[in-house]
Amino acid sequence: MATKAEHLPQAERAKLDRTWETAPGLFGWVGTVDHKVIGIRYLVTSFVFLLLGGIEALVIRIQLAQPDLHVLTPEQYNQLFSMHGVTMIFLYALPVLSGFSNYLWPLMLGARDMAFPRLNALSYWLFVCAGLFLYASFPFGAAPDGGWFNYVPNAARTYDPGPNIDIFALGLIFLGISTTVGSANFVVTLLRCRAPGMSVNRLPIIVWGTFTASVANLFAVPAVSLACAELWLDRNAGAHFFEVSGGGQPLLWQHLFWMFGHPWVYALVLPSMGIVSDALPTFCRRPLVGYTAVAIATVSTMIVGFGVWVHHMFATGIPVLALSYFSAASFVIAIPSAIAVFSWIATIWTGRPVFKVPFLYFSSFILMFVIGGVSGVMTASVALDWQLTDTYFVVAHLHYVLIGINLFPVLGGIHYWFPKMTGRMMDERLGKWAFWLVLIGFNLAFFPMHFTGLMGMPRRVYTYPAEMGVGGLNLTTTIGAFVLALGILLFLTNVARSLARGADAGPNPWDAPTLEWSVPSPPPPYNFGVIPLIASRHPLWEDRLEDIEDASVLERGFLLDEDRETLGVTPLDAEPDVILKMPGDTILPFALALSISLLFGGLFAKSIWLGGAGTLAVLVVLTLWFRPRAEPLQERPALYE
Amino acid sequence: MNEATIARQSLPVRGTGRVGTAWWGMLCLIATEAILFVYLIFSYLYLGAQSPGSWPPDGPPALRLALPDTCILLLSSAVLEWGKRMHRREHRRGTAWIVGLALTILLGAAFVGIQGVEWSRKSFAFSDDSYSCAYFTLTGLHLLHVVAGLIALSVVLAWSLAGRFRGQGYEQPRLAVLYWHFVDAVWLVVFAVIYLLPRIG
Repeated sequence: MATKAEHLPQAERAKLDRTWETAPGLFGWVGTVDHKVIGIRYLVTSFVFLLLGGIEALVIRIQLAQPDLHVLTPEQYNQLFSMHGVTMIFLYALPVLSGFSNYLWPLMLGARDMAFPRLNALSYWLFVCAGLFLYASFPFGAAPDGGWFNYVPNAARTYDPGPNIDIFALGLIFLGISTTVGSANFVVTLLRCRAPGMSVNRLPIIVWGTFTASVANLFAVPAVSLACAELWLDRNAGAHFFEVSGGGQPLLWQHLFWMFGHPWVYALVLPSMGIVSDALPTFCRRPLVGYTAVAIATVSTMIVGFGVWVHHMFATGIPVLALSYFSAASFVIAIPSAIAVFSWIATIWTGRPVFKVPFLYFSSFILMFVIGGVSGVMTASVALDWQLTDTYFVVAHLHYVLIGINLFPVLGGIHYWFPKMTGRMMDERLGKWAFWLVLIGFNLAFFPMHFTGLMGMPRRVYTYPAEMGVGGLNLTTTIGAFVLALGILLFLTNVARSLARGADAGPNPWDAPTLEWSVPSPPPPYNFGVIPLIASRHPLWEDRLEDIEDASVLERGFLLDEDRETLGVTPLDAEPDVILKMPGDTILPFALALSISLLFGGLFAKSIWLGGAGTLAVLVVLTLWFRPRAEPLQERPALYE
Repeated sequence: MNEATIARQSLPVRGTGRVGTAWWGMLCLIATEAILFVYLIFSYLYLGAQSPGSWPPDGPPALRLALPDTCILLLSSAVLEWGKRMHRREHRRGTAWIVGLALTILLGAAFVGIQGVEWSRKSFAFSDDSYSCAYFTLTGLHLLHVVAGLIALSVVLAWSLAGRFRGQGYEQPRLAVLYWHFVDAVWLVVFAVIYLLPRIG
């Protein structure tokens, strides 16, 4: 049943190929709107940032390996830990998930591309430009140095007069545009671009996760963009949003930042939890236990996640009533998380586990998730949080959450979908070595950190005295960090080797149930020869699951070969209601990203000319973007049988 | 849904309104922009609530310019909606649409002008205190949206005059109208917060 995509006649496939393939040469490279190319670019770019952030972490760990070291000056240390946080949280953790979702969504949903292919390219180019912008001052020793949450008044002009914080503030607004554009694309894609029959109760969980995260981003990102704009005005135009002398309120920054920051943390983990929910069952040889519960848990985590931001601010002198409410809300989050955990455990328990590398990552992810979750519940308690806040305990917690719930599923997910993306398998032996190094290195680095924190070592200080008695713990952490780095290096070696000489994968090497495995590896530019008709959650396992009545149809359906076309469906039931025309290669997204870069360059340099030129360029490109094209509305049937 | 229903179907191409995709994209833009204003209003109210003195420091701002300005903006939305509906009825001959569009742009420009006069008559400057920067940022961000809407409407007007919308299935006018209504709705909230709220509280 594996090679269902090959049934279409050669001539028909050649026609679709001609219609959909990216133009050769530089124009095609810059102008491609293929979601698969963009998805892979997202993955590669975010891994470059992962390495950058990783190197920064290693330098930090060398500085902290022993008490009273002076490898770094305090200023350098501030810049490194700030850029480490900014890089990992903004430039790696979400973009890497956007990479997966961009690549996988249309293939999982049965569409030929995302709803807005040009916006997709735009969000990628903006991400690259914003990343470069955030790193622009790094070589000059003036990188952002206020930490990833950049508290005022420490980040105000008085205490930080250099360009460092301006780069942070403008860079985050810049990146926010990319995130917003990408999120809107995911939202509309889910609502409209699916195969007939791919109703909401049949969506893969990663789609639920990314959709939830995207809706949340639309509502959360403006908070941090606004906070950064206000900070920029405070620093450059004499505003008094946070500046106390004119009636400003430093705590306003914390409110705005965490109204964004907490939903954002869930945006970083819900899609990767989705990766596990979709891929783990393949290695347990059974469907996910409690699909509906997990889907509801995903959405409800995010809803509650919008009401817990003050738990980052327990130590700021907030009224007791507010403390109680936000503490209780933070405890409540444990419930949907626990539902997901029990579903994964039950899936393994009642399945027949196959111990391939992805399974190792996914199952150990559950353990890391529980450890990070438990330390989260601990800090949700106000009394304990007052002891733990600003110590390494919190650092340990957030790394268990972010590495455990983001990096582990990402590494497993790459092992899992690498064959789909490249047509080749990753090496199992090398993969297992890398996995054990990552798992041991990670726990060696971050488990002792809980104790470092309990013993009172404050975070964000460049060194510590020997009398504190945490030298041994810190050395362990440093050794663990290098083991973890070695594991990542081995993982990348595996990727490089497998690209060149991995075993041939075929369409469905894992015998997986979902739609992306029904097409060849790598998939053709048009994804699906005919748009399939979906009748269940596991289109490729229907012949072995007993409780499914209708069978999905993958060989017959809408052909849509007139031009670049895909099917639009009704939002809930996925009944076809329109044929959507898709744009081809275009340099407009790239040009718009450059124009916006010019605009932000002008804002940073406070140059009217540069900013004005950027604004003008943005308007010109947008006008070209929306220009009406002469394509009359028509109706016609289109079916391939 | 089964195969038989699919086989019988014929489908529109591209689609307009909620059958297309552009309309949904515009909704996303409006949602994220609306929430941006919510956060900015939160900032304004937070600064006010934490302020030791009176808020606004000089008492509620005068309605002499702001109230007529609000009416002008409301009127512009009504005119634009009228143009759009006539357009549909006229089977796209388009005079009412062109007139409505041009009138909306004039009214919008008048709003910007009056807002400018109001700004220039303020007794405080942007960098005076937290109220002044919150006031100018909130009204300024809205003004920026009005200008963006005016540019969009002007481009649509130019395209309409050039006859670029002959035939059916063009989304640009619909999207521009939707955005303009949104900009006006935001003003009502901004107006209520800045001008009316201090009179109640």
